[in-house]
Amino acid sequence: MVQIAVQVNGAGHANDVEPRLLLVQYLRETLGLTGTNIGCDTSSCGACTVLLDGQSVKSCTLLAAQADGTSITTIEGLADPDGTLHPVQEAFRENHALQCGYCTPGMVMAIVSLLDEEPELDEARVREGLEGNLCRCTGDHNIVKAVLAGAADRGTLVQS
Amino acid sequence: MIPAAFDYVRAGSAEEAVSLLIEHGDEAKLLAGGHSLLPLMKLRLATPSVLIDVGRVPDLSYIEERGDEIAIGSLVRHHELETSELLHAQVPLLAHTAHQVGDPQVRHRGTLGGTLAHGDPASDLPAAVLALGGTLVAQGPNGRRDIAATDFFEGFLETALAPDEMLVEIRVPKVPGAGWSFQKFNRRAQDWAIVGVAAVTNGTTGIALVNMGSTPLRATAVEAAVQSGASATDAAALAAEGTEPPTDLNASPEYRRHLATVLVRRALEEAGK
Ligand SMILES: Cc1cc2nc3c(=O)[nH]c(=O)nc-3n(C[C@H](O)[C@H](O)[C@H](O)COP(=O)(O)OP(=O)(O)OC[C@H]3O[C@@H](n4cnc5c(N)ncnc54)[C@H](O)[C@@H]3O)c2cc1C
Ligand code: FES
Ligand code: FES
Repeated sequence: MVQIAVQVNGAGHANDVEPRLLLVQYLRETLGLTGTNIGCDTSSCGACTVLLDGQSVKSCTLLAAQADGTSITTIEGLADPDGTLHPVQEAFRENHALQCGYCTPGMVMAIVSLLDEEPELDEARVREGLEGNLCRCTGDHNIVKAVLAGAADRGTLVQS
Repeated sequence: MIPAAFDYVRAGSAEEAVSLLIEHGDEAKLLAGGHSLLPLMKLRLATPSVLIDVGRVPDLSYIEERGDEIAIGSLVRHHELETSELLHAQVPLLAHTAHQVGDPQVRHRGTLGGTLAHGDPASDLPAAVLALGGTLVAQGPNGRRDIAATDFFEGFLETALAPDEMLVEIRVPKVPGAGWSFQKFNRRAQDWAIVGVAAVTNGTTGIALVNMGSTPLRATAVEAAVQSGASATDAAALAAEGTEPPTDLNASPEYRRHLATVLVRRALEEAGK
């Protein structure tokens, strides 16, 4: 067993984990945070995307042991405690950016990371920035619309 | 999918990683970003019984000028390469190529050392380092040694690293103002290259091919033709010479040979030959 201590959505957790436990299993099964989905389980679809020290990562391709000492944000940690949605969540709702919703938590986390890293976004950069996230319902147009709306809200949208 | 059970140890330094490699022998593997190794382990195509996590070794995450070269620690992640102002100014080919790898999540985790040590002929950054004529620095029980990138790739997923060596640094020549190009042909955005080409034209010409054989390759016939003044089209016609491209779901060897000539021509044109 490996001892790990992580911050998840602002709360500290210390656990003994099996070395082969994947981060996504740790989040879902050990901590009960089932908002992070497993889609492909082969590092392709991005459904399992969470933020590790602020950057998007695929939690199916990381050992829980590798996350020791980091700060993790999952979809459960985005909204304010009073229920006010994060601007990206709000933009998803406004733009009808989900159909079945399975890809949504991973999409939202990837977008939060993208908006944080890219000071200037246009549609092409949004599409490229989401290449690691697949929407099986092919709802990509509205997802892109939501990101652009979110970026416009922050005043960072570049008209292409 | 869950990997087979293994023991997990952390190395606090490159020296400690080497001692652990010696202690655990063949059964052990280094773990850097884990973005090649963990997918293989989940599919049980790799079943190391010990993982030595080097992901936290301090001091191997630098990108710095050293004389005529840029020195890069082996744990530098693809995202750090693609956003490095120093690289964009001095070795834009490397920064640009890093941006072509996988997707943002992959680039947040994968390391330059990991992609080189893995030795996959389909990967992008090894071709760029090869085209640039870089130098790889291995740390072993008797200290460090330099390995020319041209001597590093020995076979499919096989490199010149000994089982008790860790790759600690990569050095590439500064080529500000040189012509360069990276051409990646794939079917979907996040995919690996069906064929790729890294080119730098800097007095001496370096052209390297992705996924055209069992290792990343230098297109030596093209390089010689360019040096002796051939046109881009004539030089590119030699792109597949001496290669044994693989066959897979995406492409036959003939198609890859054709792609290589087209992509090398585009690369030479973009690099301004
Ligand atoms: C979905 C997905 C898409 C991808 N797409 C691409 C792509 O388009 N192009 C591309 O080029 N790559 C792609 N990759 C691979 C990615 O670039 C990997 O990060 C990289 O190949 C390996 O780096 P790593 O640090 O993750 O290595 P790891 O997986 O940690 O290690 C890989 C191998 O190298 C060894 N190793 C690692 N570091 C060292 C070291 N310092 N010294 C000695 N041995 C070492 C390990 O023991 C292991 O055998 C993709 C990966 C994924 C998951
Ligand atoms: S479940 Fe992790 S990338 Fe698909
Ligand atoms: S909304 Fe169904 S997978 Fe994206």
